[in-house]
Amino acid sequence: MNKEAFLAELRSRLSGLPEEDLAERISFYREMIEESVADGQTEEEAVAGIGSPEEIARQVMAEFPLGRLVGEKVKSRNALKGWQVALLVLGSPLWVPLVIAALILLFSFYIVLWALVISCWAVDLSLATGAVASLVSAAVYLKAGNPAGVGFAVGAALTCAGLSILWFHACAWITGAAIRLGRKILLGMKISLSGRKTEED
Amino acid sequence: MDNQLKRGLLDVCVLAAIRNRDSYGYQMIKDMKPYLELSESTLYTILKRLESAEMLTVRSVPIDGRLRKYYHITERGVARLEEFLEDWNEILAIYRFITRQIFPAAASGKAVAKSSSVAE
Repeated sequence: MNKEAFLAELRSRLSGLPEEDLAERISFYREMIEESVADGQTEEEAVAGIGSPEEIARQVMAEFPLGRLVGEKVKSRNALKGWQVALLVLGSPLWVPLVIAALILLFSFYIVLWALVISCWAVDLSLATGAVASLVSAAVYLKAGNPAGVGFAVGAALTCAGLSILWFHACAWITGAAIRLGRKILLGMKISLSGRKTEED
Repeated sequence: MDNQLKRGLLDVCVLAAIRNRDSYGYQMIKDMKPYLELSESTLYTILKRLESAEMLTVRSVPIDGRLRKYYHITERGVARLEEFLEDWNEILAIYRFITRQIFPAAASGKAVAKSSSVAE
């Protein structure tokens, strides 16, 4: 590899560095190669003595502070923003309704989840009410002297009460599951948001 | 060798290389070669560090139609070298203590052998 090829490859491998820093490093290696040549080595020998651009780049990147590298990346991203903004504005008739639809979908999913929970409890409440009402009607049948009616009403009251107790446990489990699911969704959203945030920092 | 220690030592080596006369990168590596192998990348990092610590200054000199960077030691750099010599006296004293513990004289060596046999 000759001097220019070496420097070109090193430059491309270190392209993530700030421009000023990069130029200084390149001129440092250029001087080193030129001094070796002035000292009697061939250009190829001088380049070989310095090591591969890949190895040098790896060492430089390991020593370079991460914060400045990321900062450099964000800067170059900002430079792109001109046409990105134009694209965003031009595309707004398409993406704005899409975002709204996504939000509505998420919101309706939430509503369905809690509607399910509420209806579970409503069923339980009606079962309990049914049990009480059957007891009341049993008392009415008793007063009216209708033993068949009393038997039917007591049976209905016991059935309703039993179902309501069983269903109560089912409701408690469903509510717990809904809360856990809700939390999981929230956590997932937070993680994906904070992940994007640290990437941009 | 411990990285922190090695870094400090290499800094001092580079300062010593320009202690008596200004020098340039290629010459420094050549001067140090009989004593230590220093890569160009490592030298660059050290020079940058010493420059930002104001222990040396840089100037570009045109030579045969190209530029050569000469490094000149500052007062602060000279002070760092003197500080190193003082530190090194302390380090040498510690080194002597450590070697005496690891390679004790014959008499104390016997005592160690005796106590270990008692332990058995």
